[in-house]
Amino acid sequence: MRVFKSIYGCAGVLSVVLAAGVTASAQDATEVGPKPPLAVKPMESRIGNVTGHAADGKSNYRRYCAGCHGDYGDANGENAVWLDPKPRDFTIATFKCRSTLTGTLPTDEDLFNTVGRGITNSNMPIWNALSPQQRADLVAYIKIFSPRWEKEKAGEKIKIPAEPPVTMESISHGKALFTKLECWKCHGPHGEGDGPSAATLTDSKDQPIRPYNFAAGKGDSRFKCGDTNQDLYKIFMTGLDGTPMPSFADVIQPNDAWDLVHFLRTLQVSRHSKENEVLSAAHGVIPPYVDKNPPPAAAPADNKPPGGAN
Amino acid sequence: MKAHYKKFAVMACTLLMLGFGLLYSTHKTLNVSAAATGGITGTIKLDGTPPHQKPIDMSKEPNCAKAHASSPVTTETVIVGPSGGLKWVVVYISEGLDAATASQVPPVKPTWDQKGCQYIPHVMALDVNQHFQVSNSDPHSHNIHPLPKPNGANHEWNRSQPPGTPPFDQVWAGEEIAIPVKCNIHPWMHGYMAVVKGPTAVTDENGSYTINVPPGNYTVTAWQETYGAQSQKVTVAAGKPATADFTYKAK
Repeated sequence: MRVFKSIYGCAGVLSVVLAAGVTASAQDATEVGPKPPLAVKPMESRIGNVTGHAADGKSNYRRYCAGCHGDYGDANGENAVWLDPKPRDFTIATFKCRSTLTGTLPTDEDLFNTVGRGITNSNMPIWNALSPQQRADLVAYIKIFSPRWEKEKAGEKIKIPAEPPVTMESISHGKALFTKLECWKCHGPHGEGDGPSAATLTDSKDQPIRPYNFAAGKGDSRFKCGDTNQDLYKIFMTGLDGTPMPSFADVIQPNDAWDLVHFLRTLQVSRHSKENEVLSAAHGVIPPYVDKNPPPAAAPADNKPPGGAN
Repeated sequence: MKAHYKKFAVMACTLLMLGFGLLYSTHKTLNVSAAATGGITGTIKLDGTPPHQKPIDMSKEPNCAKAHASSPVTTETVIVGPSGGLKWVVVYISEGLDAATASQVPPVKPTWDQKGCQYIPHVMALDVNQHFQVSNSDPHSHNIHPLPKPNGANHEWNRSQPPGTPPFDQVWAGEEIAIPVKCNIHPWMHGYMAVVKGPTAVTDENGSYTINVPPGNYTVTAWQETYGAQSQKVTVAAGKPATADFTYKAK
């Protein structure tokens, strides 16, 4: 009898252990059924004196944005499979067009400008048909998709000094920088997006991505992050996070950066610009740059683009 | 007789319970013994034939192709030394550290160098908030592009480093094993930065490592970029350091 008692006792303890295991695995089971709607967090955006509210952006987001960016902001909208480049994934909070340092969040104004401007060479249209208030609400709404917006503020803004006048000296120095900083490795010696590393570039989600072709486009050659000289300055100084385009903020002096801007404009061959005027006045020839304060060390060998820039 | 049966039943029950206990336990207790000196030492080996490491064609970067002309560089996903030791394995304490040891940041500032179109080292272990510097020893540009997991404490950044520019300083804000690093200009360049709280080490070409920890009971974890993580428990007594060896099966 005693033997049976102890066996029963053992079985009892065992069944408790087993039951605990079963309960634990039942709690691990995946939830089934439709995905519950996302709770709207009270996120805000501030652009000048306009304050955007996430709750007010919800209906416009679902109407105009969710088709590509997805109900959950994860770039899995029903149209996303047909798009190249892919829509922005708001859940990772990494943004190309910023006025802030690489690795940091953009300002509300950066996002607001992107919505209003659209992104050239992509399927992101210009949303300036929406009022500034509606766009500000959308900026607030996309912040609900990543916890980063609750923990962090926008990054430090890069400083942009006033633009110096466009001169041949400035263009010529910009060309020397384009060569030295090896912009041509991806963008090609003539800025046509055909550099030696162009074919293997991928974005941070391992999707193939093309470097910008400066020579393409007629008249209006917009960049993904704007069309002014200031925008161009910001693009290479901040880098386009999530893409292979790195930040040059600590390797180019602010005034040198303007020289690079002036040279890059001459690569947009069919665009009317002050830079192209200066260039055609010189019959399209950029004289070699003469450094008034040459560095003591000799320039490294094997560092020239095939055929030379421009 | 009865008493005998009872003993048998109790033993059977205990054995069964132990069996279940082992089933539920997640850690393997392997090969733990005391060594002569140091906190925890060990060797990490690969059992089997390592996967073929493909030679890298660096002809798109003539500087680098020339630098490696005599001994072409291969991929580094599994590197086995002459004695069968597995190189580039990160070893760290995943459990058991006291708060003071865990929060101690080493005063050394390691360098992540770009040389001959390779990352030197290929794998670097860092403490949270430990400063490290990124340098470029090549006569051409690189872009340093670490890709931490989204929405963690660490964020993706991407910086250009032309030749002759001074090294720059960086830190990682949170634990992450491991952050892949790439150069978009030279797509064959791959490396990892492992960010862990507390003492850590990366194995050398013999697969050896040493971690200095105060006496205590610890879980030691090894992480290898192709084969992943393994853990074991180890006890470090005062004046009686421990050994924790690991073996990965070649896949």
